[in-house]
Amino acid sequence: MTAARHTWFMIVRQTRNLMREPIWIALLLIQPMIWLVLYGQLFKRVTHLGGFGTASYVTFLAPAIVVMNSFFGATWSGMGMIADLDRKVVERFLATPASRLSLVLSQIVRSALTAAIQAVIILLVAFALGVHVHEGAAGWVVVVVVAMLVNMGFAGMSQGIALLTRKEATMIAVANFIGLPLLFLSSTLLATAQMPHWMRVAARFNPVNWGVVAAREAVLPGTDWSSIGLHVLYLVALAVATAAFATWTFRAYQRTL
Amino acid sequence: MRAIVVDSLHKRYGEVVALDGVSFTVHAGEVFGLLGPNGAGKTTTVRVLCTLTTPDAGRAEVAGHDVLRDSSAVRRAIGYVPQESGVDQYGTGRENLRLQGQVQGLRGARLRRRVDELLELVGLSDAADRVVRGYSGGMKRRLDIALGLVHSPQVLFLDEPTTGLDPEARAAMWQELAKLAQVETLTILLTTHYLEEADQLADRLAIVSRGKVVVEGTPEELKRRLRGEAITLELLDGAPADPVRVALSLEAVHEATLDGRTLRTRVESGARAIPTLLSALESAGIAVESVTSHRPSLDDVYLHYTGREFAADEGPAA
Repeated sequence: MTAARHTWFMIVRQTRNLMREPIWIALLLIQPMIWLVLYGQLFKRVTHLGGFGTASYVTFLAPAIVVMNSFFGATWSGMGMIADLDRKVVERFLATPASRLSLVLSQIVRSALTAAIQAVIILLVAFALGVHVHEGAAGWVVVVVVAMLVNMGFAGMSQGIALLTRKEATMIAVANFIGLPLLFLSSTLLATAQMPHWMRVAARFNPVNWGVVAAREAVLPGTDWSSIGLHVLYLVALAVATAAFATWTFRAYQRTL
Repeated sequence: MRAIVVDSLHKRYGEVVALDGVSFTVHAGEVFGLLGPNGAGKTTTVRVLCTLTTPDAGRAEVAGHDVLRDSSAVRRAIGYVPQESGVDQYGTGRENLRLQGQVQGLRGARLRRRVDELLELVGLSDAADRVVRGYSGGMKRRLDIALGLVHSPQVLFLDEPTTGLDPEARAAMWQELAKLAQVETLTILLTTHYLEEADQLADRLAIVSRGKVVVEGTPEELKRRLRGEAITLELLDGAPADPVRVALSLEAVHEATLDGRTLRTRVESGARAIPTLLSALESAGIAVESVTSHRPSLDDVYLHYTGREFAADEGPAA
């Protein structure tokens, strides 16, 4: 209970600071827009290869770009923790009754909320580009929820790495190291049917792909709700596991003080 | 009432011994100074008392609560103002104070009142709604102190409250702290490596050197314990004899140490000892450039108890 209340206080703080520099959210959106608009145009005819479930490549791409964006954002979320560690904000709270859990969870939830806002904006742009979400409002909800879950799963990991290494350079290296491989080992850009066999197998174990599959199911015709449910379940499990990992690394960090 | 009891704390970080049996007691309502050079173990002691770190051995109590067994009670009873400001640079002064109050369990109108009160107390009412990044060093420090006070703690820890401030801001901070010691019925433990600061602010102090308390008492007591006066002589280069041996051969001289060309001695009465000392040095062929005599300062106290000059003892920061 205290943990939940304190998490809320911490999220308010972080969100308020973020809102003071809304340019940040805009900057974070430029990259996904480029993917969506340029890539969507460039590979428009790729759907002729078959297996895309739609003739409109941008419709195929839009939900995946939402997921990709939330994934990339999450890999950077540990930077917030490192800033708070460096500026001794965390230590100040450790000398108070502030819930230890809230210091970690607030970072993860803040990251997920940012992803949700970005998801809505990307969907609006996609809508303007003529993307039709097959499941309507329920589809939008699925895409936003999936974006948040993917984000939480990787944000927990990012927080853990931040707490273990406490170096921005390491964070940047890890983010770059896992970013593109996980992107290309998913069906974000290309239908699974067009992937080599080994990649298809690898994609099955890739949480980014779980998100892409679930979000795309809600956007394309012929929605398979049990597939959405299953992948959402995977993502929840991942989010819980990495949040536990982050909490564990926080205790490890406290022991080094 | 004893607000802080520290009983032979030991702590090492790898090979470095940070605390080597620190012990002292602080009474409720007093301002207690931990004086020592960087690396002496002051900050580590404060971090143990604030439950930020655990000792390898030893025991400590704050406001009647054991720091290990009852750490959450300690956290409710203390305010901690760290050496490096822990404020959120991107929030306003008021937002920082509100959040600190919220995690300390204050709500609604009470929280609002307390925040206003503190902003007033530390003179930040006008800057309350500005983002902290734009504050001056002195303003940030005052906000730090307000953050430590938000829940009206019984014990306030100030770790190097004036380090990094310019002389003017430091003098202002001393006034603030003196005021604080009066207004709030508060026990304050402050660490400092400024002798003058300990002298000005502390009711009692402990000198810490290499992880141990070497002496504890009021500044007056400590200075009085060094009987007599200190005479400092600057020698010219190329002394043919050992000036320390020459000085100590005199009955009037209790102590003598040589640091480069500076000979420090402790005597009963300066007026009587200076002529004898000068003539003894002269007949030993040691030329003297200047002589000064003064009542013992904390610097002398430090030298006396640690055998080292304060400035020379500044090690790497811990």
